[in-house]
Amino acid sequence: MKNLLGQPLHVINIGIASFSEPIRAAGAGVTQLDWAPPAQGDRALGDSLARLVRHSQVDEANEQAFAAYAAASPVLEGIGIARDCLPGMKDRMILHAGPPISWERMCGPMQGAIVGALLYEGWAADAARARSMAAAGDIAFAPCHHHNAVGPMAGIVSPSMPVWIVRNAQSGNVAFSNMNEGLGKVLRFGANGPEVIERLHWMRQVLAPALQAGLKVLGPLELKPLIAQALHMGDEVHNRNAAASGLLFKKLVPALLGSGAPTADIAAVAGFIAGNDHFFLNVSMAACKAMLDAAADIPGSSMVTAMCRNGVDFAIRLSGTGAQWFTTPAPVVNGLYFPGYSIADAAPDLGDSAITETAGLGGFAMAAAPAIVKFVGGTAQDAVANTMAMTHITLGRNSGFTLPALNFGGTPAGIDARKVVDTGILPVINTGIAHRKAGIGQIGAGVTRAPLACFTNAIAALARQVSV
Amino acid sequence: MSQATRVVRNLYRDSVSLMQLSASLGKMSGVEQASVVMATPANVNLLREARFIDGEIAAGPNDLLIVLRGRSDAELGAAMESAEKALNDVPRSHAEEESAGAMAPKSIEMALSAAPAANFALISTPGEYAAAEAMKALRLGLNVMLFSDNVSLEDEIALKRLARERELLVMGPDCGTAIINGVPLAFANVVRRGAIGCIGASGTGLQQVTCLIDRLGLGISQAIGTGSHDLHKSVGGITMLQSIAALARDPETAVLVLISKPPAPEVAQKVLAAASKSGKPVVVNFIGADASAVQGKHLFPVTTLEEAASAAVALARGRRPTTPRVPANGAIAVRLLPTQRYIRGLYSGGTFCYEASLLLGRMLGDATARVWSNTPVVKDDALPDVWHSREHTIIDLGDDLFTRGRPHPMIDHRLRNERLLSEADDPEVAVILFDIVLGFGAHPNPAGEIVTAIGAAQARATKKKRQIAFVGFVCGTPADPQNLERQESTLRAAGVQLAPSNAAAVRLAASMIARKGAARTSRKVAVTR
Repeated sequence: MKNLLGQPLHVINIGIASFSEPIRAAGAGVTQLDWAPPAQGDRALGDSLARLVRHSQVDEANEQAFAAYAAASPVLEGIGIARDCLPGMKDRMILHAGPPISWERMCGPMQGAIVGALLYEGWAADAARARSMAAAGDIAFAPCHHHNAVGPMAGIVSPSMPVWIVRNAQSGNVAFSNMNEGLGKVLRFGANGPEVIERLHWMRQVLAPALQAGLKVLGPLELKPLIAQALHMGDEVHNRNAAASGLLFKKLVPALLGSGAPTADIAAVAGFIAGNDHFFLNVSMAACKAMLDAAADIPGSSMVTAMCRNGVDFAIRLSGTGAQWFTTPAPVVNGLYFPGYSIADAAPDLGDSAITETAGLGGFAMAAAPAIVKFVGGTAQDAVANTMAMTHITLGRNSGFTLPALNFGGTPAGIDARKVVDTGILPVINTGIAHRKAGIGQIGAGVTRAPLACFTNAIAALARQVSV
Repeated sequence: MSQATRVVRNLYRDSVSLMQLSASLGKMSGVEQASVVMATPANVNLLREARFIDGEIAAGPNDLLIVLRGRSDAELGAAMESAEKALNDVPRSHAEEESAGAMAPKSIEMALSAAPAANFALISTPGEYAAAEAMKALRLGLNVMLFSDNVSLEDEIALKRLARERELLVMGPDCGTAIINGVPLAFANVVRRGAIGCIGASGTGLQQVTCLIDRLGLGISQAIGTGSHDLHKSVGGITMLQSIAALARDPETAVLVLISKPPAPEVAQKVLAAASKSGKPVVVNFIGADASAVQGKHLFPVTTLEEAASAAVALARGRRPTTPRVPANGAIAVRLLPTQRYIRGLYSGGTFCYEASLLLGRMLGDATARVWSNTPVVKDDALPDVWHSREHTIIDLGDDLFTRGRPHPMIDHRLRNERLLSEADDPEVAVILFDIVLGFGAHPNPAGEIVTAIGAAQARATKKKRQIAFVGFVCGTPADPQNLERQESTLRAAGVQLAPSNAAAVRLAASMIARKGAARTSRKVAVTR
């Protein structure tokens, strides 16, 4: 008993709240816990968790993981074609958002988007044929994450699609993302009509080469300072990318003009980018993926390195458990719906874009983006509160991403699965909501939470891995 | 008879708040039984065993369960409504008020980041989750008081070994009271600070000794609870041994008091050796053990909590302890019929009940006289039906058997009051003996609660031309929120014959029976205390 008798007493009171009063009255410090059984009362899991708290192996691994994430320096290197640059990408393969899923279990928008990809690739002549090919197992499906990539909503990447290439200059790992098509009838919401396919072809034939030429002129573009600047301009670079898209546009246009690309193409490309406030989203996601992959695969680490959804399942990865997914049914988002739509029309949560929250952006940086709090149903105070709440489940703050509303404190980053389970505070995610039927598009937006079960399963696995 | 059940999802409230709510619902018109609990498997089982619910309840440990039984659906509906109102009406915690907008801490680690100077965790969660919270607290460098019970021996051993390794203290599980650095923890009394350090395996035992020391004019340096299993062979007295060592070093502590039921022999040996080595006088009360077994330099064996207090006070004043003399406090007249032969003890404190059974058995001095109990000193004296007393009976109403689906008798007196009335209706009953426990966490006016039942019981007995002797004692201090003097005068005004301690109360009760036995023809018995 080195720190008790004769020392000032400060009590943390866990349970019966009325025990606090006499302690306070006697002049001692007391902190009352707002306690509820962790892990929804799963006792065995609670016991495992308890033995992981202040566990030296886990703490050291987390320090290492967080340092690698914080030191990462994502750089936009260029644009490539998926088949040429995605590791493991095969010929008749289509990548999708979220954890692995079979065709039969996929949600409407994802199936619709896959049909579109088959049409785009020219593997099927019509939608019916595309569906039967997909159902017959003629196509290999795999998560984007299994190929170092991420994609918003359905997250479809087929072999001939152009992809952003983002390299972590610090440790050399590379991440990829598909390119943003804009709003309205788009593949990522499951639309697959002629104008969607046409746009995809234009993106490969015109947009990608022009941008590639522009990026050559520009040279590798450091993304962290650009994201940091966008945060100071009201973006959280998940659901609001207006500032970041503008900043990227400012960099790209002079480069495009100096690239020797045909003027008509430059005009079309500039018009396309200028018309899409979400143009930067996919770049942001690839940057986040590059930062988080730097923190992956450190044995014992309880840091979350990915959160993603496929419209049916929600899944996370921990650094310490490598490529293993911890999966649970994806929630339907109780957000704000566009006129004429309701929660009954919504697909469950969808897309790899929660990689932004995993990296300390998006919902975690909500304090930066008061302009969209109404869009996702809240007040400016809620925005700050959401960001502050995340400080309790993260390993640190990213000093590269500062938030003016928090006195230029860094965004909370590096989700610690132990803290999620112990506090019951779930990671906040800003998200768009897709119609559950293919092709209708976005029908709302809102703030949702990563489901607890992923984290409890991950903790159970981590407890088996490290000696407790 | 109507019944109503409701599940409130994802609403957690602590057990004391829920007991208070259950008690207040139980007092509503037409409600016979009310139980508001968290729907942990253990709680649901208890309610099922008490036949309070049947069938499956679709609720989990984070859901709150309200079960009401009573006269009519309408009355239960009203009670249900008031329950929900009360649950929605919970005042914001202090932490929230202090910094509006900041989030109240939801884990120990989170609390520590808000209060890095914290050095202690007081844990009173449902037992099934308490060991995990204690484990986290220890890993985070905090000393622990586990108020929760239903923690396995295995968990207790693991926690205490870890604590010892890290030079931390684990008080409990099932540690109801402690005073650390003058700060009352859980069900503690407001006692003076002083030079006597108490270490006890029993909560009410510690309360009694600390309050009696206060009554005798001295004070407490520390009162450390070990939990009731610490001196079990498999735990090996880890907490008791750590505490003895700490108090031996503590410059504020001049005299030690150890209170426990008899430890396992090998543990007793270790504890006594450590106590003897402390170099300070140590009063040892192994309740029910043969005092001659306690031998060693600086050791002073005693047999009652009352003696423990008086010996400690004498030693702290630099005198040798003497057996306390029973003061003659004047005669009190009670009219007992020849048929009135038995004592019925209705206790809310487990250790008081045990000590009373033990002392009464010895005082009766009749090999054939038995003292029945639900927590008997010897197995043979187990009350066959705990709901019905026979001959001399001393019961602990805080026993799990009685608290299933209802609050502890220190908070809710209904069960004891009902039992008191039925005891009074028994023509063979001469004396009803009871404890009143004050302090934080106890009922705000326990004497006021029991005197209404005493009045009713006397009225009923008078109709049958009988009188019943009510003998009680108050465990508390003048500084307690309930105020010792006010509680005693309430009892006195109701005709209760008061003793200063449990042992004195038992002596008083026993003397009434003995005198009566000695003078069978006498209709009027003068008793002294």
